[in-house]
Amino acid sequence: MATPAEQFRRQSTAIQRREKVIVFFLRASAWIILLAGATVLGTIAWKGAGTLLQPNFPFINITFLAEAPQTLHVFELDGETVEMSDQDFREFRAKLAEEAAASGESAIVPDSTSYVYAAGGIFPNIVGTLLLVAGSMSIALGLGIATAIYLSEYARQGSTVRFIRLAILNLAGVPSVVFGLFGFGMFVLFFGWNVSLIAGWFTLAFMVLPVVITASEEALRAVPQGFREGALALGATRWQTIRRAVIPHALPGILTSSILGIARVAGETAPIMFTAAFIMRDKLPWEVDRWFDFFFQGVMALPYHIYVVSSKIPQNEYSARVQFGTALVFVLLVAVIASASLFLRHRIRARQRW
Amino acid sequence: MDPTTTESPSPTTPAAASADAGRPAIIEVEDLDFYYGENRALDGVSLAIPSHQVTALIGPSGCGKSTLLRCFNRMNDLIEGAERTRGTVRIRGVDIFGPEVNVMELRKRVGMVFQKTNPFPNSIYENITFGLQLQGVRSKTRLDEAVERSLRAAALWDEVKDRLHESGLSLSGGQQQRLCIARAIAVEPEIILMDEPCSALDPVATARVEELIHKLKQEFTIVIVTHNMQQAARCSDRTAFLYLGKLIEYADTQTIFINPSDSQTEAYVSGRFG
Ligand SMILES: Nc1ncnc2c1ncn2[C@@H]1O[C@H](COP(=O)(O)OP(=O)(O)OP(=O)(O)O)[C@@H](O)[C@H]1O
Ligand SMILES: [Mg+2]
Repeated sequence: MATPAEQFRRQSTAIQRREKVIVFFLRASAWIILLAGATVLGTIAWKGAGTLLQPNFPFINITFLAEAPQTLHVFELDGETVEMSDQDFREFRAKLAEEAAASGESAIVPDSTSYVYAAGGIFPNIVGTLLLVAGSMSIALGLGIATAIYLSEYARQGSTVRFIRLAILNLAGVPSVVFGLFGFGMFVLFFGWNVSLIAGWFTLAFMVLPVVITASEEALRAVPQGFREGALALGATRWQTIRRAVIPHALPGILTSSILGIARVAGETAPIMFTAAFIMRDKLPWEVDRWFDFFFQGVMALPYHIYVVSSKIPQNEYSARVQFGTALVFVLLVAVIASASLFLRHRIRARQRW
Repeated sequence: MDPTTTESPSPTTPAAASADAGRPAIIEVEDLDFYYGENRALDGVSLAIPSHQVTALIGPSGCGKSTLLRCFNRMNDLIEGAERTRGTVRIRGVDIFGPEVNVMELRKRVGMVFQKTNPFPNSIYENITFGLQLQGVRSKTRLDEAVERSLRAAALWDEVKDRLHESGLSLSGGQQQRLCIARAIAVEPEIILMDEPCSALDPVATARVEELIHKLKQEFTIVIVTHNMQQAARCSDRTAFLYLGKLIEYADTQTIFINPSDSQTEAYVSGRFG
């Protein structure tokens, strides 16, 4: 018989060896995921940086952030390749013509190849996406929180409510393109809103509503029952209880989960494709004649722009620049919005804790 | 109170159900049946609770103490399927299950302190003013006054007067419970219901709350549920013993503990079952 000391020193058993293999696979899958994520973000950052950054002051390509997309003209001049935006190219041609007229010769206009949307920037797209996110999230949070409060605080917890919950949950699984189609039929055609901000808002809001409702219900449930009882025992009505002893404590949870909603609303292309997005629009959203026209105008949006420049125009090195530049701005924008909401949640949390 | 009282309580008869001589009954329960769905929690309970006294409800777990207590401010209304099927509860002569009763007004007059301390995760000040703000009191002076008055009444003022704007959750368990008592006092109820208010507290904090209960009966009528026999003996004037939803015996605390007339009561208070 082995002494106790020898027993402890024994080499690894079959069980331990199997455990090592299992841990190896777990670790490997974690690393693969990490690698995949890093590759995706790395590619976007690397390729996008070529568009968004520039070697000389101010190091950020302001044009790309602050101007509308334009056609790029590329031509040979004195043996060098020159790239010019549509606007610059027109001025350049006008100047050539003027010089030619002054000297009495006929103007020699260089032959140029043009690439749509490869010059200028994506300012209207950023604005459009921000507007879509702000409007649809306001609608979704308003309707979603109201529904969640009704379902979990007021409604009798019977089979009807269970059925409604199930329906909401199923709604979350509906593909976004179906929501797009629904919005097109409902808001664009039936309500006659045409392709417009407001049609996009409602379509996107309906798409994220299940997420918002489910998350809000969870956050409401997480508020201790003692808060409700404490308030009611002081003579509060149901609504006073909810307003003053429940919602303030559920809000951080609701906001956290609506961050997911923000990323989804900002990112989905399909729901806005037929309801709100324009490929190209000269006017900015605030350039409207009457204030209510604001709601009934289509907008340009980042995800749709990526889709357009990746599939609707000839592919070449110039279109690739816009694609990845837009993607990088888009990723950064979502990151900024998400961090802002996290910060907001942190602020609310720091004030109230249980 | 005189332990050799000549009052001879015969349990569950109307004689025993009447209040302590000389003190008017503030809560009168008559023949009360209470159900949770199919499950009977109270079975023909009748008792009269005298004002400005501490009345203890004792009995083994699940015998219906909390249910009875929560009938007095109709907190059971919130539970789906919970229903009073028979009998009445009158407070100052008004049937509180009557159709013209405003439950919110009832709860302002019948405050409650819970087993699990439940201060709101707001400041001490906001905890106390919560009830008054519900009633639309906005005046800063009135609120300040109420805060000081309630905290003094709950014997908490000296400990927290310099930190009124800190979170109520920063207090110790015993302080939190006294904060909850102060919160209930702030709306100036007549009756304060306490459901095992000390069960989560250590002996020192418990002693302080008991002391407080003793003091509070000058101003309020107190009904307390407790599992702690010593506590019932120490701080109550009247004791009701419930078992399986029935009121077995209700009398002066002294009588219940020294000379109970029912064998089940005797077994329970002497710790032989429950
Ligand atoms: N919300 C509820 N739903 C269904 N049944 C309940 C509910 N609350 C209590 N009951 C039942 O009613 C009976 C009395 O419960 P109650 O809470 O009044 O007992 P208790 O005397 O307070 O017990 P404890 O000392 O454990 O607190 C028990 O049988 C319990 O199972
Ligand atoms: Mg209980």
